[in-house]
Amino acid sequence: MAMTVTEKILAAHAGKESVVPGDNIWVDVDVLMTHDVCGPGTIGIFKEQFGQNAKVWDREKVVIIPDHYVFTKDKHANRNIDILREFVKEQDLPYYYDVGTDNYKGVCHIALAQEGHNRPGEILFGTDSHTCTSGAFGMFSTGIGNTDAAFILGTGKLWVKVPETMRFEFTGTFPPYIMAKDILLQVIGDIGVDGATYRTMEWAGDAVYRFSMEERMTLCNMAIEAGGKNAVIEADEVTLEYLKGRTDKPHTIHHSDPDANYYYKKTYNADEMVPIVAKPHSPDNKAAVTECTDVKLDRSYIGSCTGGKLTDFIAAAKLLKGKKVAIDTFIVPATREVEQDLYKTKMDGESLADIFKNAGALLGEPSCAACLGGPKDTFGRANSTEVVISTTNRNFPGRMGSKQSQVYLSSPYTAAASALTGHITDPREFLNN
Amino acid sequence: MKKTIEGKAYVLGNDVDTDQIIPAEHLVYSLTDPEEKKNYGKFALSGVPQEAAGLPDGNHAFVDEGKFESEYTILIGGKNFGCGSSREHAPACLKIAGIQAVVAESFARIFYRNSVDGGFFIPFESKVRMTDDIKTGDTLLIDLGAETLTNKTSGKSFSLKSLGEVIDIIEAGNIFEYARKTGLIAK
Ligand code: SF4
Repeated sequence: MAMTVTEKILAAHAGKESVVPGDNIWVDVDVLMTHDVCGPGTIGIFKEQFGQNAKVWDREKVVIIPDHYVFTKDKHANRNIDILREFVKEQDLPYYYDVGTDNYKGVCHIALAQEGHNRPGEILFGTDSHTCTSGAFGMFSTGIGNTDAAFILGTGKLWVKVPETMRFEFTGTFPPYIMAKDILLQVIGDIGVDGATYRTMEWAGDAVYRFSMEERMTLCNMAIEAGGKNAVIEADEVTLEYLKGRTDKPHTIHHSDPDANYYYKKTYNADEMVPIVAKPHSPDNKAAVTECTDVKLDRSYIGSCTGGKLTDFIAAAKLLKGKKVAIDTFIVPATREVEQDLYKTKMDGESLADIFKNAGALLGEPSCAACLGGPKDTFGRANSTEVVISTTNRNFPGRMGSKQSQVYLSSPYTAAASALTGHITDPREFLNN
Repeated sequence: MKKTIEGKAYVLGNDVDTDQIIPAEHLVYSLTDPEEKKNYGKFALSGVPQEAAGLPDGNHAFVDEGKFESEYTILIGGKNFGCGSSREHAPACLKIAGIQAVVAESFARIFYRNSVDGGFFIPFESKVRMTDDIKTGDTLLIDLGAETLTNKTSGKSFSLKSLGEVIDIIEAGNIFEYARKTGLIAK
């Protein structure tokens, strides 16, 4: 029977020949990821349900990555990390990336990729809604709550309703000033914040396959902002190249059958894409950057799992090099590896880190930081009426801290161009020079 | 499982996200410690903008200053209720504040799933938009058998969508009880 990539992965993990959308199935889980915000609750439920001395179903398959509230004085937040430490010790878990050690990574979705936990054909659940990011590796990945995570910890299984698939295909070539983030904001604006609820967003087309793994991760990262269950891009040579040196575990590459059933299919001409922002207070509040150039800004924020990877900072540095920012500009690498790359990667002999510092931007420690507001002392948090342009993924009221602040979501190019002028600015103004 | 749920309505609009339900800065409290857990009731829905807090008028505190529980026990929402993060603190905080049912035009997937699997309350989907016909403070009656919601204050009735296959998990109590009943995990 003809199936999509997502259907094939789910069928394989349910021990079935085939599945169709709407089927409720139990699947075997390859990886369970949790972090400091949801880990303690998950552990609590696991112990309550399976007993104080219960062991996790497979210690090799549990990955714990503290990333949300790690550089704060908040005593409850720090206590939560202690709970993770204790659990890791008690269960002897090999994949724990502790704060304050050389092993610390940063934002979980990017760390999962960098540490080789994302593998084509596998099923990964995480207690974070942006777990859909891993779909960039041709796998099924989605976010769950503490209860479901505790259930997996005890059993290695979870029930899933097979989603319908929506396919977004891009033919042609993206212009050089267009990033994956623009594409995403365009599509979410087109289908709305509930446009993909319960469904899979499958990204395809030559223009998409030319994207690097980092750009592919950005593309999959915001499926949840359209309500999607998961996002997926078929694995290919680019995927295999990225996996080299990161994992040697066997994996399976699935392809969607040409005659598979889709709930929805849309083809875009990549050449026609323009820089996009999402205006406050919703990721689907789409506008072309050119329509918003009179919006005055207080702050530019470049970071998070969506916009804090090396590709994102290379883009920002191209614009900021040799110039000065006009507004407060925050640079937050997603992970340690990205942070190290900021020092290693050079443009005309100057490291990206130096480019940012010389431009007057502030560099933060790798973590989620102000992407989700967090405790009051969080780096880059909006604490009053700031108007912010940000490469993050959500601009709901209060998401970056204050309910009075206003957040515009954009690509790193647009966030950097806007940092230079103090109002929303089309990156073409600088890139064409 | 109870046959009816009766209580006072608290009405919200479309796209109520998890940061409005429980702002991220409060996610640090323990969900297992009974004393600390109360804070989730205190801060439930504290991220909703003033003008949208308790429609149609707004400016109705969901939980009064200094309290940990709400006088409202049934939440009415529009489309895409609970969108945003996967934090289970969202359905948990509503339950801790005393919510017994959330009735919305549609739900975001993870919030819906968390409500059912965690056994916090029953998420009902309405067949029509209700947010124009129910005011914050109205007395509502949900009849599970008849799959209806009646606004006792105005007399108007609405039909609810069937709960479908998740009814088995709801009836069992949560995903663990369901798995025990069906033999997937040991009793
Ligand atoms: S960077 Fe932001 S969106 Fe990504 S995991 Fe952290 S809080 Fe969530």
